[in-house]
Amino acid sequence: MCGIVGLHLRDPALYPRLGELIAPMLDCMGSRGPDSAGLALYTDDAATPRYSVRSDEPLDWQRVAHDLGAALAVAVEVTERPGGAVLATVADEHAVLDRLARDVPSAVLVGHGSAMEVVKDTGNPREVCERYGIAARRGYQGIGHTRMATESAVTTDHSHPFAPAADMALVHNGSFSNHATVRRRLERDGVRCVTDNDSEVAARFVALQVARGAGLDDALRMVQKELDGFFTLLVTTATEFAVLRDAIACKPAVIAETDAYVAVSSEYHALAGLPGIAQARVYEPEPEEVYTWRR
Amino acid sequence: MAAVTPVATTPVATTLSCAELTTREINAALAALPDGARARILEPWGRHNLAVGLGNRISIEIAGNAGYFIGGLCDGPDVTVDGFVGWSVGENLMRGTVRVRGNASECAGASAHGGTVIVDGDASSRAAISLKGGTVVVGGDVGHMSGFMAQAGTLLVGGDAGHALGDSLYEAVVYVAGRIASLGADARVEELTTDDVLVVKALVDRAGFDHVDPENVTRVASARTLYHFDALGRQAY
Repeated sequence: MCGIVGLHLRDPALYPRLGELIAPMLDCMGSRGPDSAGLALYTDDAATPRYSVRSDEPLDWQRVAHDLGAALAVAVEVTERPGGAVLATVADEHAVLDRLARDVPSAVLVGHGSAMEVVKDTGNPREVCERYGIAARRGYQGIGHTRMATESAVTTDHSHPFAPAADMALVHNGSFSNHATVRRRLERDGVRCVTDNDSEVAARFVALQVARGAGLDDALRMVQKELDGFFTLLVTTATEFAVLRDAIACKPAVIAETDAYVAVSSEYHALAGLPGIAQARVYEPEPEEVYTWRR
Repeated sequence: MAAVTPVATTPVATTLSCAELTTREINAALAALPDGARARILEPWGRHNLAVGLGNRISIEIAGNAGYFIGGLCDGPDVTVDGFVGWSVGENLMRGTVRVRGNASECAGASAHGGTVIVDGDASSRAAISLKGGTVVVGGDVGHMSGFMAQAGTLLVGGDAGHALGDSLYEAVVYVAGRIASLGADARVEELTTDDVLVVKALVDRAGFDHVDPENVTRVASARTLYHFDALGRQAY
């Protein structure tokens, strides 16, 4: 089944409350996906680009940050997270990613960017939010996912969001049937998937179109042409927040819009606790229509 | 079944709050009410499965927006939702009514065998899918694939119908007051008879929809070309 939630804040007065608002939404959608959960959270507060990394093996993240800084001759700040860390550095993106892949092979990049931090883990969504202190997070935008795995294993790497490029994240409710074909096509274009998850293929497909110059909205229209399956997709960049449902539209989605926010969820009751929801314009996204909001 | 005792005055409504009770507790409390009783469900906040599987002749008001399967599987009560509902309102309804004062999401009245689902606003895709004898009346528009494989019963749409209306219809009949984006496979527009006008008039009177003119609706029914498999028909196999 899976559940998705998203919150794009328009009113800066709500920025300090991003985590406090989105954590209960994710908890509510735990009924649709109890096996794993994840979030991509966006903030203006970060001074330097950040790399969300995790490892199944215990790693000394202070040491990882120190060695990375020494190798690249720049400062690397480290904030430890459960099973991982957030590394902050102004060093060149490709240099950081190459170094991490070469020197710390057990470290997995969960997401990176100037605005975005990605958190994901297996387990009950409420417990995941508590473990990572989500309710206390500030920010202007967030998307989240509660997973009920159907197409691939229950591991942290297989859970959502998938963050295929700097400041880009995707969550998916549904399943893609031709993901193996599209994965092979992506490989021919030099794009490698890390897992055998179907949603990762969609995320990397969108990122490839954007890297080639497409707008996020056009990239999502190309998903409709290339990928076969059932989906409600929620995709974010540092400035955009987009929703798309497939033609059959058998995966649900509800949007609530007020002057203060745009909120999306698989089901209305995850939105029912938001401030001003009684005055919100609540509607379902039409099939095959790309909805995009920009800040 | 015992005869319903006529009541001289409106009975006092039993109130049940979703903020305090689980869905099971609410449905058990509703099932325990005697025929003729009234109940109000407060603070639904999109809660699923409210007022389902009830066989008593009671009236239930849900005071706010509710979730999936509202009033489903019921065989008797009259349920009113003062708000919008999620998927599959009145799903598998046997008897009684479910009235939604707002909009309904997908699959409104799915597989209803009897009874009536009335949606004052719009219904989303697949309204009255696999209808089996029930009645679905929508004041506004319906989404794509409405009436899909409907076997018996009536769907009345007061607004416009989305794509693939009535795909693979059996013997259910669809009436549309507004425009039809497209018909599904084997669905066709048929001439409106005086009997049709009477059927539609009875439905709009019951729903109180004065925006629908019973003489100006489009009748959609099955062309019955899919009833028998014809391997040679289009040389497709």
